[in-house]
Amino acid sequence: MTRRKGDRRAHPYAQDQGDYLPGAAAGGDAVERRGPGGGRLGPLVRDDGSREGSMVPPAEFRSYYGRQILKTPAWEDKIAYYFFAGGLSGGCALLAAGADLTGRPGLRRGTRLTGLAAIGAGAYFLVADLGRPDRFHHMLRVAKPTSPMSMGTWLLVGYGPAIGLAAASEVVPKRWRRTLPGRLVSGSGRPAGLAAAAMAPGIAAYGAVLLAQTAVPAWNSGHAQMPFVFTASAAASAGGLGMIVAPLGEAGPARRLAVVGAAGELAASRLLEQRLGMVGETFHKGQAATYLRRATALTAAGGLGAAVLGRRSRVAAAASGLALLAGGLFQRLGLLHAGIQSTEDPKYVVEPQRRRLAAQGPTRTD
Amino acid sequence: MADHDRVYGPEADPAGDSGYAADHPPRKGFFTDTSICIGCKACEVACKQWNGVPDDGFDLLGLSYDNTGALGASTWRHVAFIEQPAPPPAPVELGMPGMGPPGAETGAEGREQFRWLMSSDVCKHCTHAGCLDVCPTGALFRTEFGTVVVQPDICNGCGYCVSGCPYGVIQRREGDGRAWKCTLCYDRLKDGLEPACAHACPTKSIQFGDLDELRERAADRVEQLHEQGVTEARLYGADPDDGVGGNGAFFLLLDEPEVYGFPPDPVVPARDIRRMWTFAGMAAAALVTVASAVFGGRG
Repeated sequence: MTRRKGDRRAHPYAQDQGDYLPGAAAGGDAVERRGPGGGRLGPLVRDDGSREGSMVPPAEFRSYYGRQILKTPAWEDKIAYYFFAGGLSGGCALLAAGADLTGRPGLRRGTRLTGLAAIGAGAYFLVADLGRPDRFHHMLRVAKPTSPMSMGTWLLVGYGPAIGLAAASEVVPKRWRRTLPGRLVSGSGRPAGLAAAAMAPGIAAYGAVLLAQTAVPAWNSGHAQMPFVFTASAAASAGGLGMIVAPLGEAGPARRLAVVGAAGELAASRLLEQRLGMVGETFHKGQAATYLRRATALTAAGGLGAAVLGRRSRVAAAASGLALLAGGLFQRLGLLHAGIQSTEDPKYVVEPQRRRLAAQGPTRTD
Repeated sequence: MADHDRVYGPEADPAGDSGYAADHPPRKGFFTDTSICIGCKACEVACKQWNGVPDDGFDLLGLSYDNTGALGASTWRHVAFIEQPAPPPAPVELGMPGMGPPGAETGAEGREQFRWLMSSDVCKHCTHAGCLDVCPTGALFRTEFGTVVVQPDICNGCGYCVSGCPYGVIQRREGDGRAWKCTLCYDRLKDGLEPACAHACPTKSIQFGDLDELRERAADRVEQLHEQGVTEARLYGADPDDGVGGNGAFFLLLDEPEVYGFPPDPVVPARDIRRMWTFAGMAAAALVTVASAVFGGRG
C-alpha cells in the first residue's frame, strides 16, 4: 500500500514530514521504518508518486528522529597519533633497558633516542588536540584518580624526563665526557633508562583505560580487551623499530618482541571485536574499517616478515619493522574511528541497553 | 569514611562527600514534567538570555517544531517535539449541539488519532557524573547545591567530558575550544533565585527546588496521572539507585526514554574503573614479561 496524495492533507507538515506521519502501514517491498513514536512508517512518497530513501535508517529500535544520543568525541586523529607514539616510546624504553643490561649498545642507543623522539612527538599531538593548547598546564593543577587522563599526565611527567635523560646519555659529545656534567649525564643513563622502563608499561597501557572510561559504546564495552591491544601493539611497534635501528646481530630481542607483539595484537583485536557484539559492526564500517583492515594486513605481514626474514637481511628486517609501525598506527586510528562511529548512530546506545534491560532489568547501584 | 564508593553506589549527599561542610544547602534540581509542557521554548530563550549563550545556528531541521536538535555547547535547554499515533481519547460530552468531533462524518477509519509529546531536556546533574569523574583539570566541579558546573577559566578543552557523559549533554564549543553546559544557573542559585528556565516556564513543566521535595512531588504526580488513566506516565532519572545514582534533573515521560532521545539505561563509565585498571595492569604485566623474555634467547 502506498500512501495516496490525499492522505497527506491530514497533516499540515505532510509535505516535509511524510516520513513521520503516524499510523501509516509499511507496504510492499519497503523496509519497515519506525518514527520517533514507534509507529510503523510507510515509504516516503513524493508528490509525483516516486519513492525516496528515508531520512531515518531502517531499524527496529526507537529513537528521536534517528538522531545521535551521545556526542561525537571531540578528539581528532591526533589523539590516535599520540597513543601510537606513547606505545612506541614505552616499548622502546623496555627494549632499551634490556639492551642496556645485556650489552647491546646499538639496540640500546637506537631505542633510547627513538623513545624520546616518540614521546616528544606524542606530547605535541596531545597538546595540539586540546581546545585550548595554551592551557595544557592546567592538567597539572590536580591529580585525580578518577580521571585516566589525569593519571596519564602525571605518568608522562615522570616518564618524559627519565627517557629524556637516558637518551641524553647516548649523545654526550666526546669532549664533554670528562667534565662533571658530562659524567653525570652519562652515568645516569642506566638508572634513568631503568626508571623509564618501569613506567613504560603504564604509558603503553593507560590509553586503553582513557578510552574505555567513556560512554562511547565501542570503547566502553571493550574495556577488558583494549589494554591488551594497546600493549601488544606497543610491543610490535617497538620491536619493529628495534629491527630498523639495530644491527642484525643485536636485533634478536627486537625480532622476538615484534613477532610476539604482532601475534598478540592480532589476537587481542579479534577478541575485542567479538566482545563488542553488535557494536563490533563499527569495525567494519567507514573509516574504521579501512584503518583496521590496513592494521591487520600490515601487522600480519610485518610479524611474518620478522619471523621468517628478520634475521637474514637488514633490508627485510627494516621493511618488516616499518610494516609493524604502520600497522600499530592504523590500529589506533581504527579504534578511534570505531568509537566515533559508535556514537553517531543511536542504535549502538539503545540496543545494547535495551538488551541489558530485557535480560537483567534496570542497572542498580545497590 | 563513608561506607560507599565515591564513583558508584548509593550516594545521599554528593555535595557533602565532595568536601562541603555539613551546613551546605540542600541538593537542588529540576523536575521536568513533560505531561504539561506546551513546547513554547521559553526555557530555551530564557537560558540563552540569562547565561549569554551564543547562537547555535538557525537551521530548519524539519523535525516537527524542533529546530534546535539537541543539547550542546551552546544549547543548555532543548525542547523535543514528538508526533506519534495515540490511542483514541475517551469521548467527552461537551454539551454542544450539532457537528460532532472532526472526522465524525467520515467514520472512525478516516480519523487520525495523534498526540504530540513535548519535553524540555537539560543537563542531568548526575549524582555520579561521568563528565566530572574524567575532567583532568578540575574545571568541572560539584557545587554546594550538588550540581555539576564547568569553570570556563580552568577548562583547557581536553574533550574528555564530552565522551564521559552517557547522555550526550556537554560539548566543546567550536571556535572557543572549551566545554560548556547547563550550570543550573549557579549564579542565580547563589543569590537565592530559581534558574532562568524554570522561572520562564509558563506551565510549571520545569519545576525547581530541593531534590528530595521534587522527588516526592514527582511520585505524587505519576500516581495522579495513573489514576486519570495516563498509565504510560513514568519517571526518568528519579531513582537514586540507577546507573548514575539518580539525576539532579529528572523527568516525567509519557513514552520510552529513547523516544525523547534519552539513553534507556545509562551507566556512569567510572562504574568499572577498578576492572579497567586491573585489565590494564594485566596487559602491562604481560608486556613486561614478554619484553624480559625476549632477551633470554640467542642473537
